[in-house]
Amino acid sequence: MSSPAVSAAHGALDGVSHGGDAHHHDDGSKTLLGFWIYLMSDCLIFSGLFATFAVLGNSTAGGPTAKELFELPYVLGETMLLLISSVTFGMAMLGMHAGRKGSVVAWLAVTFVFGAGFIGMEVYEFAKLIHEGAGPSTSAFLSSYFTLVGTHGLHVTCGLIWLVVMMDQIRRFGLTDATQRRLSCLSLFWHFLDIVWICVFTFVYLRGAI
Amino acid sequence: MFGKLTLDAIPYHEPIVMVTLAAVLLGGAATLAALTKFRLWGYLWKEWFTSVDHKKIGIMYIIVALVMLLRGFADAIMMRLQQAMAAGESAGYLPPHHFDQVFTAHGVIMIFFVAMPFITGLMNLVVPLQIGARDVAYPFLNSLSFWLFVSGVVLVMMSLFVGDFAATGWLAYPPLSGLQYSPTVGVDYYIWSLQLSGLGTTLSGINFIVTIMKMRAPGMTLMKMPVFTWTSLVTNILIVAAFPILTVTLALLTADRYLDMHFFTNELGGNAMMYVNLIWIWGHPEVYILILPCFGAYSEIVATFSKKPLFGYKSMVYATSCIGVLSFVVWLHHFFTMGSGASVNAFFGITTMIISVPTGAKLFNWLFTMYRGRVEFNVPMLWTVGFMVTFVIGGVTGVLMAVPGADFVLHNSVFLIAHFHNVIIGGVVFGVFAAINYWFPKAFGFRLNEFWGKASFWCWLVGFYMAFMPLYVLGLKGMTRRMNHYANPEWQPYLIVAALGAAVIAVGIFCTLVQFYVSIRDRKKLTDPSGDPWGGRTLEWAISSPAPFYNFAIVPQINQLDQFWEDKQNGVAYVQPAKYEDIHMPRNTGVGVVMGAFGTVLGFALVWHIWWLAAVGLLGMIGAFIARAYDRDVDYWVPAAEVEKIERSRHAQLKQFQTTQVAPVAAPQRQKVA
Amino acid sequence: MSGNHHSHDAHLGAEHADHGSTKSYLTGFILSMVLTLASFGVVMSGKVPHDLMMPGIIVFGVAQLIVQLVYFLHMGTSPSQRGNLSIMLFTILILAIVVVGSLWVLHNMNVNMMHPTSQMVPVE
Repeated sequence: MSSPAVSAAHGALDGVSHGGDAHHHDDGSKTLLGFWIYLMSDCLIFSGLFATFAVLGNSTAGGPTAKELFELPYVLGETMLLLISSVTFGMAMLGMHAGRKGSVVAWLAVTFVFGAGFIGMEVYEFAKLIHEGAGPSTSAFLSSYFTLVGTHGLHVTCGLIWLVVMMDQIRRFGLTDATQRRLSCLSLFWHFLDIVWICVFTFVYLRGAI
Repeated sequence: MFGKLTLDAIPYHEPIVMVTLAAVLLGGAATLAALTKFRLWGYLWKEWFTSVDHKKIGIMYIIVALVMLLRGFADAIMMRLQQAMAAGESAGYLPPHHFDQVFTAHGVIMIFFVAMPFITGLMNLVVPLQIGARDVAYPFLNSLSFWLFVSGVVLVMMSLFVGDFAATGWLAYPPLSGLQYSPTVGVDYYIWSLQLSGLGTTLSGINFIVTIMKMRAPGMTLMKMPVFTWTSLVTNILIVAAFPILTVTLALLTADRYLDMHFFTNELGGNAMMYVNLIWIWGHPEVYILILPCFGAYSEIVATFSKKPLFGYKSMVYATSCIGVLSFVVWLHHFFTMGSGASVNAFFGITTMIISVPTGAKLFNWLFTMYRGRVEFNVPMLWTVGFMVTFVIGGVTGVLMAVPGADFVLHNSVFLIAHFHNVIIGGVVFGVFAAINYWFPKAFGFRLNEFWGKASFWCWLVGFYMAFMPLYVLGLKGMTRRMNHYANPEWQPYLIVAALGAAVIAVGIFCTLVQFYVSIRDRKKLTDPSGDPWGGRTLEWAISSPAPFYNFAIVPQINQLDQFWEDKQNGVAYVQPAKYEDIHMPRNTGVGVVMGAFGTVLGFALVWHIWWLAAVGLLGMIGAFIARAYDRDVDYWVPAAEVEKIERSRHAQLKQFQTTQVAPVAAPQRQKVA
Repeated sequence: MSGNHHSHDAHLGAEHADHGSTKSYLTGFILSMVLTLASFGVVMSGKVPHDLMMPGIIVFGVAQLIVQLVYFLHMGTSPSQRGNLSIMLFTILILAIVVVGSLWVLHNMNVNMMHPTSQMVPVE
């Protein structure tokens, strides 16, 4: 159908709408724009948490510091799991654009496994810290650490739930306009979380270890 | 089983509360009985509660806001009465701890549950109509936003009768709002009601940005949008940018209170100053969120009732955008005295002064619009002129306090109270009343009664000055804010005048209620048969009043600013199309109501530490949302024949109206009769 | 049948603007992995002078942010992505104001108000 020049027409800021709404094709870009804006608001939530971590990061109140607590090889492992899950999700999206339903569900499942692995590692890390007496009530620094990293983890968990729902919907309904739209939104969400994680491992773990 | 909740949570020993509770129970029971007797439940559920129609949702927001205005104003009367009485030896009638909750509730209710829903409701009602759209971008999300707001309202109202409310001031600064100094549930009610309704607001913000960016009628470029839509766009960008900060800050306070964390505690490294910093990074954009839609409404009203195009459209757009951006670099002026030092204070003092400039530019544009226009001083115009004078006074006192040295004297005095009420009442309240009078016919099909509208305006205007000018004087004399009792008897006469001013405003509010009653009673006489009662300029006046549920049968083609006005000049405003088309509309849904209800359960359970119930609330919200995702029957097509029927009846009524007009009523001379 | 009409050939070229390809995802993955290892290496390897550690991790971190934005989120200046880009830039502006503003304000507050964090010698 489309020559390459025409197909890139779905601009996020298409100044002119198609009115009437007799044409459905506008819906996809409208949904994605809204979701992108939501992601930006989520970015600002993280900005507040990062600002708080920056301000309170040295308030260790005589308790354990970042340098003493963080095990960088472990964090590197977590980072790899999340990064791989981002790529596997990309594979799922390629499957979607090629219309291969089975491929999509399979790659989503793989993504889920890696994402769940990331969460598992994080939960274990938190439990260990709390057990060692370095829980969030110990100091302002630890409160900020647990809240910032924990909020990211909560987002990933919501992403995992969403992944399960999408796998189910695609198996049941196939790659309809609606499921493709939602998968595109989840894709943005999932990649965004990996981007936030880059900031987390840089400014929380690596900076703390310097 | 019930967490901290016991029957002792009901404040039996506080007579004022118990009397209010009795009145609410009786009134509530009477209302429920009446609804049942007249079999209105089905109608309300099908036509209003489950509606995803932006017009209905907008109206519901405004109705709830009006009700909450009464509650917030009752708090104001209580405070004025207390302060008028409690000089010297007298302790007044209101115990200090109760007084503290009253001023906290007054602020929280007025900002979050009166002003915000008023502007959200207005944007809901008007923006899609102004851009030629059939609804907002995400109609279901719109409904959800409303019901999340309602769940916040319910929690705040419940706090009056079950437990207590925060006694910390409307921004709940720690350490006072922390667990150690506010061990009761009050601050928790505050937190959860704001988080729930705040989520609704953020979702609305996203909804409106996408609506304005993607659903304008063909040909309507950004610089051909009505000014109210422009101010709404900037407002919603501010909402999406600022509300996440509120969410985070309240979440951190929650972590301190619920999870024994130390963000803002005095010990173990907490820093309460960070809370103040973060909350005002939200708080300052918030006040611009409140005022910008009102500026937009004023622009529409001034142009319409001066019968001239708005002067300086482009500069209005640029001024609005500047205000939006600058609103993010002034926040520290709310806490000059907290100790950041001269350099920081100087920076923010200068930015605060700069931000007053674009607002001044807007004022000149409104004045130049009126200049040499044929100005009609009806109710919306009166509110607008009242605003121009009142807001300027409030604005200049703000610029005065932008000087850190002056602010060190005036911070947290009643001078500050007078300033912000000056701009909020003069700007937002007057603007909302102007807008309600202006757009009421579009919403309901008949105008509001002029006499009672004018009566209300004059009472508000006189009452406002009586209530707040004395506070400027008292502030300069040294009176601090939030005082439930004071030693200096010299202050009392001023406070008595202020209390009388509040009484005059109360009469003004009463006049508004009478205005609604009389207008509904006389609706046939006040009917708006053409859809254009004021000789309007923008698209919403081209369709019938009330607007049909699909808004526009044919999406208009736009070639210029104020296209409808131009069409009227050229006699092509009411051309019927040759052919109608099927229209695609979203279905009503109860999922928003259900999610809001579970949200209320979640909030209440969290307040009282009833963890199993909180889980029920949370799972219910998530479950309902996922269930909605599986619902594939969410829209339908309106057959062209049905659209045609509605449109023909509209044009017939229009024709009948036009042929009965010997001279066009509020229409330009060149309009040809169809 | 899904609503997709992209022929295999059209995967490269303009489609790349919104959708990516196997090649682009793998490129992004390799680059990200290299940059991650580089960041961790700066701190863990002991080979980087102490004063260069912070700039090092920031440079690699920012680079990886850009890599993932381009290769995974398909950010760019193509007409379909321009809107997203400008929205993101605005968000980054607000983010910068919030973070830098908070740091500046709180630093001054802490010093002037003698908050324990700003004290060299612990204040009891």
